[in-house]
This record gives sequence, C-alpha cells and structure tokens, in this order.
Amino acid sequence: MNFLKPLAALFALALLGGCVAPKTVDYAAFKQARPRSILVLPPVNESPDIKASYSLMSQVTFPLAEAGYYVVPVALAAETFRQNGLDNPNDIAEVPAEKLRSIFGADAAMYVKVTQYGTTYMVISSNTVVTATAKLVDLKTGTTLWTGTATASSEEGNNNGGGLIGMLITAAVKQIINSSTDAGHPIAGITSARLLSAGHPAGLLYGPRSPKYGTD
Amino acid sequence: MTHYVTFRPALAVALLVSALLAGCSGPKTIYQWEGYQPQVYEYFKGESKQAQALALEADLEKIRAKNGVVPPGYHAQLGLLYSSLGKDDQMVQQFQAEKAEFPESGAYMDFLMKNAKGVAQ
Repeated sequence: MNFLKPLAALFALALLGGCVAPKTVDYAAFKQARPRSILVLPPVNESPDIKASYSLMSQVTFPLAEAGYYVVPVALAAETFRQNGLDNPNDIAEVPAEKLRSIFGADAAMYVKVTQYGTTYMVISSNTVVTATAKLVDLKTGTTLWTGTATASSEEGNNNGGGLIGMLITAAVKQIINSSTDAGHPIAGITSARLLSAGHPAGLLYGPRSPKYGTD
Repeated sequence: MTHYVTFRPALAVALLVSALLAGCSGPKTIYQWEGYQPQVYEYFKGESKQAQALALEADLEKIRAKNGVVPPGYHAQLGLLYSSLGKDDQMVQQFQAEKAEFPESGAYMDFLMKNAKGVAQ
C-alpha cells in the first residue's frame, strides 16, 4: 500500500492550499498612490430594484471611514451632481477624473456597481441577496488601484464568528424580521462592509486615519 | 543603568483586566456613528428634512456627551439639510466644522460655500 503515501501527501498539500489566501493582489500602485480621501460615485444599478443604488450608497461611508479614509459626504456629492444636470449613475461614471478632482478635491474615486439586490421568495422561506463590485481609481493619474467584489445573503444565519461584519449580520437579521418592505437594505450594509473594509485578503489597504495604516 | 524591570502585580492585573474587557466590548470603531447612515438613507428616499436635521442634532449631542469622534460627512450632511431648510448661516457653520475636523474636505467645502454665496447674491 506504499503507493498511497504520495497520494496522501498530495491530498494534505491540497488541503493546505485551501488555507492560503485565494488570490494575490498587486498593491504596488495602491501603496504608491497613498490616497487619503475617497469620492464614492453613485452606484450603477444592474438589479431590477430601483432602491439598490441609494440603499448601498448610504452605507459605504462606514467601512471606508473605519478603514482610515476621508469619505466625501455621499448625499452632498449626489446633490452636486444633480445640480450639474447629472442624475443617472451611468452618466456620472463618465465624468472625467480631472473634473471630479477639481470639484471634490478627492485623491481617489470608488466606482461601484450593484449586480444583485433583492429577495427570492420560496415556499417556506425567502432569501435576500445583495452583490456589488467596486473599483478604486486614482484621480490624479487615472490608474486603477484596487478592485473588489462582495456578496451577502439573509440565509447566512447568525453564526458568523463575531467581529465588525458578524455584528452587522446579527443586526441585519433582526431588522429584516422587523421590516419586510426593505429587506435588501440591511443586507446591502453587510455587502458594503465586506466590499469596502480593510484588513482582509484581497481587501482595501488601511488609510491614513486608521491606527493600522502602513501595517498591511 | 539597570536592565531589570520592576514587576508590578497591580499594573499587570490592570492590564490583563483591560485586555479582557476590550475583548468583551466587541470591535472598537474610530468614529461614533449613531444615526448618520440611516439619516443619509432617509435623505435619498426624500423623507422629511426637518426630521433628519432634528435626528442628527440629537445624535450630535450624544456623540459629544460620550467624547466621541464625529464621522466624516456628518457635519456636511447637517449643512446640506440646513441649506435646504433655508438656514444658510447654520449651513456655513456646519461646512466649516466639516473642514476643521477633516482638512481633506477643504476644497469641496470651499466650493460649496462659494456656490451658496453665488446663489444668495
């Protein structure tokens, strides 16, 4: 049965491989750019729910600010776009980087897209899912500094091992029980925290206002 | 010069206790958030701006009472609400507060205050 030994070794390696961070991200441009402030553009919505864009937009400040960045006030920014005739997130995403920098004075812009937002009703239960992608772009050079994607679901339950995201999930589940009209909103908060928090594999780097700045 | 460190049991116990307490109190945030994000969502949904301003004012008192740090955008959001309620003096105060707390916002706050003046004249 000696031939099993190399197999077992391979199997062990495969298992260990599973523990390694799923992908490596090149942070060279990010580290060089050292953005301090981030302008989050109104998310482009690819889901059928018109609430998706502003539901997510209202919850991006928490993870980004706690990661150590100054976040341009989101409602005020949306208002500035509106006063300049830009209401549609797709049109706003086309505004040149230089223009954004001159008005908002931000070092970088976060382009967000909601790909899934809503509830699927099943016989005895329902599942609310919010999925989004994000791209951080240096407004001085136009260079992409980081990209990410995240999803959250109401079916994940309460067992999430604590921490900032665990806390949010527990709160979200409670909120969904209390309000069936806007079930996507608390889930969008978790998606946002997963997408835009620092300190996890392939996540954003900590910004200058975090005590952990420069440790990653 | 001595290389010995005096062992102080009281200090060690105090450190251990605070470490344990830190573990129990959950993740610590940089900012005191209160209702900032829910009020921003109310704004996007087009709900009463008067009610939003009242809620943010009340929460600002709570943050101050706890010696907390106001999150980025909080003062600016209040400024936006005051602006749409026609309280321009209070709007300017809040934009100035945002700028003082977060110098990163300086260019944008100046742009807004300059525009507001332009509209008023």
